[in-house]
Amino acid sequence: MAHKKTNMVSLEEGGFAIFLVLLAFACIIIAGKTFDQVMAFHAGIGALFAAVSVFLIFKKYFDDGGEPIPAEIGGKPNYNLGPIKFGSAAAMFWGIAGFLVGLIIALQLAFPVLNFDLPWTSFGRLRPLHTSAVIFAFGGNVLLATSMYVVQRTCRVRMPGKILPWFVILGYNAFIVIAGTGYLFGATQGKEYAEPEWYADLWLTIVWVFYLLLFLGTIWKRKEPHIYVANWFYLAFIVTIAMLHITNNLTIPVSIYSTKSVIVWSGVQDAMVQWWYGHNAVGFFLTAGFLAIMYYFIPKRAERPVYSYRLSIVHFWALIFIYIWAGPHHLHYTALPQWASTLGATFSIILWMPSWGGMINGLMTLSGAWDKLRTDPVLRMMVVSVAFYGMSTFEGPLMSLRSVNSLSHYTDWTIGHVHSGALGWVGYISFGALYCLIPWLWNKKRLYSLRLVDWHFWLSTIGIVLYITSMWVSGIMQGLMWRAYDSLGFLEYSFVETVEAMHPFYIIRALGGGLFLLGALIMAYNLWMTVRRGEAAEADPTAAGSLAAAE
Amino acid sequence: MSDTHQKEIDRVSGVETTGHEWDGLKELNNPLPKWWLYIFYATIVWAVIYWVLYPSWPLISSYTTGLLGASQREEALAAYDEGVAGRSQFADKIVATSLEDIESDPELLQFAMANGRAAFGDNCAPCHGSGATGAEGYPNLQDDTWLWGGTLDDIHTTLQYGIRSGNDDARFGEMPAFGRDDLLSREEIDQVSNYVASKAGLETEEGVDLAAGETVFMDNCAACHGENLEGIQEMGAPSLLSANYLYGKSLADIKAQVNNPRNGVMPAWIDRLDPATIKSLTVYVHSFGGGQ
Repeated sequence: MAHKKTNMVSLEEGGFAIFLVLLAFACIIIAGKTFDQVMAFHAGIGALFAAVSVFLIFKKYFDDGGEPIPAEIGGKPNYNLGPIKFGSAAAMFWGIAGFLVGLIIALQLAFPVLNFDLPWTSFGRLRPLHTSAVIFAFGGNVLLATSMYVVQRTCRVRMPGKILPWFVILGYNAFIVIAGTGYLFGATQGKEYAEPEWYADLWLTIVWVFYLLLFLGTIWKRKEPHIYVANWFYLAFIVTIAMLHITNNLTIPVSIYSTKSVIVWSGVQDAMVQWWYGHNAVGFFLTAGFLAIMYYFIPKRAERPVYSYRLSIVHFWALIFIYIWAGPHHLHYTALPQWASTLGATFSIILWMPSWGGMINGLMTLSGAWDKLRTDPVLRMMVVSVAFYGMSTFEGPLMSLRSVNSLSHYTDWTIGHVHSGALGWVGYISFGALYCLIPWLWNKKRLYSLRLVDWHFWLSTIGIVLYITSMWVSGIMQGLMWRAYDSLGFLEYSFVETVEAMHPFYIIRALGGGLFLLGALIMAYNLWMTVRRGEAAEADPTAAGSLAAAE
Repeated sequence: MSDTHQKEIDRVSGVETTGHEWDGLKELNNPLPKWWLYIFYATIVWAVIYWVLYPSWPLISSYTTGLLGASQREEALAAYDEGVAGRSQFADKIVATSLEDIESDPELLQFAMANGRAAFGDNCAPCHGSGATGAEGYPNLQDDTWLWGGTLDDIHTTLQYGIRSGNDDARFGEMPAFGRDDLLSREEIDQVSNYVASKAGLETEEGVDLAAGETVFMDNCAACHGENLEGIQEMGAPSLLSANYLYGKSLADIKAQVNNPRNGVMPAWIDRLDPATIKSLTVYVHSFGGGQ
């Protein structure tokens, strides 16, 4: 519906439009001149993304006559929920895609014939697709969606910008598409958890800076005197990830028409930067970010105050100052000097209690509400998530010790450890948050079915237990087999024999992953039915956003 | 924006809140749990002790070495030397003893078999299989078909210098590409392949002139494979009467090999393994049953 009175194009609309038009032209030129097919494909996607975005900006402008969206309606904050809805749906979609690829590569390890002898379906390409899909696509969208929700609610203000929030969420997902297709076509810089090539990194940097501005802008405009603890964690996550991402991706492209680039770091320095990045991606993406989710959604769902304000301050600062030192424990017994290795291990031990501070605050927040675990499977999921968090943050420091690491490193024990954190902690807190968020965003009274949540909970819990116990057993077995000597001083087992011995555990692991995927499919169905069939909630007394038709 | 600090007592726990509230969320003013704090301090103390004892903090051009003077690199080298020393008592004897005498000395044989088994698993099994039964293109070491000879000395030479490995002393023999290099016509290849198949007990194609095939064989193949197809080990030319063909035993496989032969490579292990290990591997492989 076009308005008669038309305002000028705002600085934001115009600025984004000009930037995106320039981007579209740059992409078209690159796509036309490159001899690199992957580059041509990605530049094509970039041009399409930019062109469609410009079209949408102007369509929106002509539809609403450039009227600014009111920050408040009737004295209540008019929260911006559209980008959050998109992020939540994207998280669910990427989550299932990522779990599925994980299941496929788990089966490939048990049955190598499933590589199909094709480059695109080989383990080497699907493995980064799996890790990036679950960490950055699923986890990233959960973090973006929840952070936008939490920061608005706890600052009691609409996030700034008309285009900006959409640019952040859509731009981030465009990065995911470019990264993921790049892996399949073989474009990678070969850095674990930082595989995307230079142009994808550059794009993510731009999106991330806008994300930081969006988040800071919301906090800046806040109507609350204090900043809620969840927002400290989100902010630490956003700032540190920016720093890590840039430092670890300082590459020089071979040419702007090539997907290939060369890293500026060399040798053991490169390894150290990589694991400084890698470990802190765990610390700030998968820990700080998801602790922020925990700090909002658990007290909200349990309807209890956070256990200890003081603990939240102390463990927050301790966590962010200490985590950053722990990276070298990924490089024990390598070319890395021993002093760096020692330093990394000792800081990992010191990190134990700061990590557990979050667990204590999460679990103790339930005091007085433990009975809800019987009736509310969503809360139960989040509490089990915190328990897994506690378990893996105890196991992590243990594995960082050189003597333990000499057994555990390069074995499946590491894979099991990562997955107790990833499936248990990150997965469950994300599921819990989405189960809360979807009815709130779509203004529904409750979830479509709590029984289905129960099924999801039990299936995936059995899945996680199968996964991590099989990896513990196979990892420790593998480590012991590698170091077994016979009485004459020769290796007892050849490498091939260790691989053969792990076969049954690979099958159990794949079974666990299958159950986890099945649970997620049940969840997707449940959320879909909540949006489609759920009973409408009564008006939210604290906000106008969820009811504003203008959205 | 009213900065009201409405502290209240939480009814469930009896603890005071901080008075802040965000979107209905409040915080209790509980102290840090004592056990948490003390373990935190203990880990810091532990770390400091560790820093004092071990190399830990970087300085401008060096690092703190620690009171224990520990060095991971030296420990690893010492452990390696110790392992080598532990085995050298036998390893030196293996090097000094002839292959035949190793086989007849129970103590040395036991050592050579253990050494051979360990070395085989990580060096040979990837091609020859963990059971040494081979695969297409990779010879079976369990049977009595030997391309380059199955005596102890033959096996030892093959292990040391490899086959077509690029080593100066490598065993070298290469089957010409009769089809790819137009040395034989397509018809001649069909004839000679059928001739070989007929001798090897395989079915032949109808209407192919086997006598012509025999002529082609005698003119082109017999020099290496022998007039009776029995093969010549000095040239690495396999017997064509053998039950096992390296690249498959069917008429189609024979045609493929005559047309565009594969000439597999075995590495020269003298560049990678120590003499005692190569001798041990020789004895180990020889023991499989096919050894001559």
